[in-house]
Amino acid sequence: MIASHYAYWALFTIMMIGLYVVISHGNLVKKMIGLSVFQVGVLLFFISLGKVAGGSAPIISDDVEVYSHPLPHVLILTAIVVGVATLAVGLALSVRIFEIYGTIEEDEVIQRSAEEADDQFAWRQADGPDGGAA
Amino acid sequence: MSTEFTIINVTLLAILIATALAITRLRALYEATMLAALFSLVTASLFVLLDAVDVAFTEAAVGVGVSTVLVLTVLALTRSREATTPRSRRVPGLIAVLLAGGTLVYAGQDLPAFGDPGTPVQVHPITEVYLVGSQQDIGIPNVVTSVLASYRGLDTLGELVVVFAACVAVVSLLGPLTDPEANRPRADFHLADYLVIRTVSGVLMPFILLFALYVLFHGEYGPGGGFQAGVIFASGFVLYGLVFGLDQAQRAVPGRALWFVIAAGLLLYIGVGLATILLGGAFLDYDMLSPDHPESGQHQGILLVETGIGVTVAAVMVAIFFRFASRGISR
Repeated sequence: MIASHYAYWALFTIMMIGLYVVISHGNLVKKMIGLSVFQVGVLLFFISLGKVAGGSAPIISDDVEVYSHPLPHVLILTAIVVGVATLAVGLALSVRIFEIYGTIEEDEVIQRSAEEADDQFAWRQADGPDGGAA
Repeated sequence: MSTEFTIINVTLLAILIATALAITRLRALYEATMLAALFSLVTASLFVLLDAVDVAFTEAAVGVGVSTVLVLTVLALTRSREATTPRSRRVPGLIAVLLAGGTLVYAGQDLPAFGDPGTPVQVHPITEVYLVGSQQDIGIPNVVTSVLASYRGLDTLGELVVVFAACVAVVSLLGPLTDPEANRPRADFHLADYLVIRTVSGVLMPFILLFALYVLFHGEYGPGGGFQAGVIFASGFVLYGLVFGLDQAQRAVPGRALWFVIAAGLLLYIGVGLATILLGGAFLDYDMLSPDHPESGQHQGILLVETGIGVTVAAVMVAIFFRFASRGISR
């Protein structure tokens, strides 16, 4: 079981390391890096399912008899490109969060956002229910 | 599996696991990003070992090139040091990971052996269609390109729309492409002050762009295609922007031109689909482009579609880089 499936266990390990970084670390940029580690583990796992022992790349040529399966390659190509697209959007969001809250640590962002909401609430209370017009 | 294959495979996987662990422990984020670039590079090598040469090409261009540049730019805009994770955050993460990992291992025991030629993936009839039928229907050696652009062309259109949507999102978040003060020359420190960097970049740029065009047009005969070509083309302009300054780069590629080009590639792809409908076939049925010779119709369709992909991806990557970089300068 170990010898025939060793690649799968190693790839599951990589996936789990990436997942741990996404869940536990609070820094938003570190989360994005962890997410791409997780993603790479998934991509490698998918491609390893299409690999045939003694096969070759799916480029038709006369000297080759066995080809590895092309369909996982196509799907993973799409996945890589979509992955970098989401990375770009995630990083843009991190930049905007930093500009507004001054930090990209998730706990501090939540804390400052809660303080801001408290301040606004207290301010509105002081004005009175009609917004201080009277 | 031959012993050499197993040895190389185990070595590369071990490097990957060690790098992933190091990325987790590092709190200095610049260093973590560099390790992530190394991670992507070793992954690309592993893809080659697993016979996925197109995927390796894309991972090397996208994972090592574009991702690293974007993360480094963001780190320059924000903090580059991570706070220590408190213990209260680590424990739930560990529990979740152990549960998920345990489930994967338990389910993984039913997986076929690694490299087994008798798996459902290999013996499914679609394999014959792709490997043998594509030679009769389309006739290009790179089966991955024929599957990507022709058999599953609709998926690829969706992928291109996702890339376009990501560009729209980044531009909405980080400011307009036609920024009026973008072309103001800045008295920044430029890498162009160094003779070697300036000369080598100047010499390299035409070759980078030419190589991108080569990858685009030879995607049918070897590894390559629209996405890889687009990313390599964009990296030429990223190099120019990094060395000679963002204002020079934005003068070379004005925002209005980028707006047009980003949409033009996607419209070309959709246009090919609509043209085949108007010619009497289904959406993206390239046989209709040349009814007497369906094979050459497929060739034309694939070429047009790959060009559209390359054009949009290149423009999107350049636009995203410009937005991130000028955000830093305007503060």
